[in-house]
Amino acid sequence: MSKLITENHFSDADAFYAALTDAHRELSTVDSERLNARLILLLANHIGDKQVLLEALDIAAQLEQ
Amino acid sequence: MQKTYSNPIYPYRKSADQEAQRPVHHPVIIIGAGPCGMAAALDLAKQGQASVILDDNNTVSVGSRAICFSKRTLEIMDRYGCAQPMVEKGVTWQKGKVFFKQEQVYEFDLLPESGHKLPAFINLQQYYFEEYMVNQIAKEPLIDLRWMHKLVELDSSAEGNQLKVETEDGVYALSCDYLLVADGANSKIRTELGLESKGQVFQDRFLIADVVMKADFPTERWFWFDPEFHPNQSVLLHKQADDVWRIDFQLGWDADPEEEKQEAKIRPRIEAMLGKDVEFELEWASVYTFQCRKMDDFIHNRVIFMGDAAHQVSPFGARGANGGVQSVENLAWKLARVLKGQAPATLIDSYNEERQHGAAENILNSTRATDFITPKNDISRAFRDETLRLAKHYPFARSLVNSGRLSMPCDYQHSSLITKSSALNTGFDAGIAPGFVCLDAPIGINGEDGWLLEQLGNRFVLLYNGEGIDNDELKTLSSISDDLVLLDSRELEDKEGMLAERYCMSGGQGYLIRPDQYVAAKFEQLSREQINSALQRALGYQSAQENP
Ligand SMILES: Cc1cc2nc3c(=O)[nH]c(=O)nc-3n(C[C@H](O)[C@H](O)[C@H](O)COP(=O)(O)OP(=O)(O)OC[C@H]3O[C@@H](n4cnc5c(N)ncnc54)[C@H](O)[C@@H]3O)c2cc1C
Repeated sequence: MSKLITENHFSDADAFYAALTDAHRELSTVDSERLNARLILLLANHIGDKQVLLEALDIAAQLEQ
Repeated sequence: MQKTYSNPIYPYRKSADQEAQRPVHHPVIIIGAGPCGMAAALDLAKQGQASVILDDNNTVSVGSRAICFSKRTLEIMDRYGCAQPMVEKGVTWQKGKVFFKQEQVYEFDLLPESGHKLPAFINLQQYYFEEYMVNQIAKEPLIDLRWMHKLVELDSSAEGNQLKVETEDGVYALSCDYLLVADGANSKIRTELGLESKGQVFQDRFLIADVVMKADFPTERWFWFDPEFHPNQSVLLHKQADDVWRIDFQLGWDADPEEEKQEAKIRPRIEAMLGKDVEFELEWASVYTFQCRKMDDFIHNRVIFMGDAAHQVSPFGARGANGGVQSVENLAWKLARVLKGQAPATLIDSYNEERQHGAAENILNSTRATDFITPKNDISRAFRDETLRLAKHYPFARSLVNSGRLSMPCDYQHSSLITKSSALNTGFDAGIAPGFVCLDAPIGINGEDGWLLEQLGNRFVLLYNGEGIDNDELKTLSSISDDLVLLDSRELEDKEGMLAERYCMSGGQGYLIRPDQYVAAKFEQLSREQINSALQRALGYQSAQENP
């Protein structure tokens, strides 16, 4: 059974999206990559649950979708 | 170079077998007196089985190889009788530091868990480890260890093996039922039988140097990722016996191994790392590439592969000798029982089943550590570097930093020899699960202080809580098998309450424990029928019936 939430779960979706793109706006590609890596690690730890993380990875890896 | 240790020389001795008219037959011959071959002979002797070891050399391991031996390995050595000198000579460390570029990211303290006879691990040069095993072997009348006897030809069939052995007195012939092969990572025997060990070579080189520090230096493990004194690579420093320090320098694939081994090249590397004022002497240096690989099947006719010959790992996480010794102990009790006619020959197949699983787990762990230390592409490097940066401020990231995970014994919970417990709904469930290795506990027995693990092993043990069991019942239980010893936990003084805490038995409950100290089954309510059936399963009778 899937555990990953794929329905809207944001308290403020627009604000998050703006903050995410703002954080990257002035960065080089290399620094953006670093920021993304840090963000993923922080969020992954917050989620913690292996099944949720693997489901998210699986969907993320379906690049053609 | 080497000053702190000089290798003992074990002389060649002629065996009476060399004078015999016809090839002398032995039930078990072992090739290789490394940690795994010697462990096999010691374990077999503990189970009452004689063996002959042939080694093509006349000494223990030369130079810098294994240094980190885990608790499980020491527990096994303790069962053989040689853990004490290892622990006395070995170094135990607790504190470590992790550095990234020019700064320290964090430090850690592995506080030891109490209630175990043996430490979580020791650092000890492989030559000492082997020397203490050789000394123990000298006390075992069931072991015939022959130095400078080299296996040069093998004819293996389903019935047994014919061997040709070369010595300075010429070649002689032997035969055996089972040949245990522990001739190392580049096993010639494996190659000659047309068998393969498959996996991956890491495209990297490591300089492994042992140095003696002239001044005091903290007994800590220091690991540098990408330090300024050795950019883009990793460096590890930790202590061994005799104030010898092991330094691992990652060199990259393009390094020239011959050049890197030169003292003139090594000295500046170490000075850059420790500072020019730290005085040291170089003991030993070698350059290695590492691989992770294993055979698909450790058994070929009656030839059984063990140790590095069967499965090899990169040293991060120290699983080579540790994993190897655990494979050996898995095999020895089974082989001894097959030879005594107490188990079907198919029991030996479960060595392959259980240890393929163990080897895969060790390879997985070593590969993960190697991949963290040597990121395979830019994005892996970005993740690795950010993990290290986050680790400085946020504790969660420290759990991702992987410079080698301590070797832990694997479990066999899915093995065909293990009787799964039907849902246990009492607190017994919290004890050790079937397929897991027993944990130690400080106990008193017959008025003396001791340890639980000293009471287990070498034969099957039923460890139970006898409250509420009457004498007639006990009699029927004790007559189940000559290979089964009953141990009532109430006869053990639970000195620190660890026995209760780790085993969680109430009256009438118990564990069936294999000769390798693994739990074969646990019983909510002891019954002769259930114990007997679990014992039969552990000896491979059940699975032999299921797949004839
Ligand atoms: C740099 C380095 C660091 C390591 N660190 C660790 C560590 O910290 N912890 C750990 O657990 N492991 C470590 N290892 C791995 C460990 O050294 C090996 O896993 C271990 O030595 C394997 O033991 P073995 O008995 O299978 O084989 P070996 O030790 O290789 O012994 C094989 C023996 O067989 C003999 N032989 C070969 N051919 C014949 C023949 N034809 N006839 C008779 N005899 C023969 C050889 O002379 C030798 O004595 C490390 C390895 C390296 C290289």
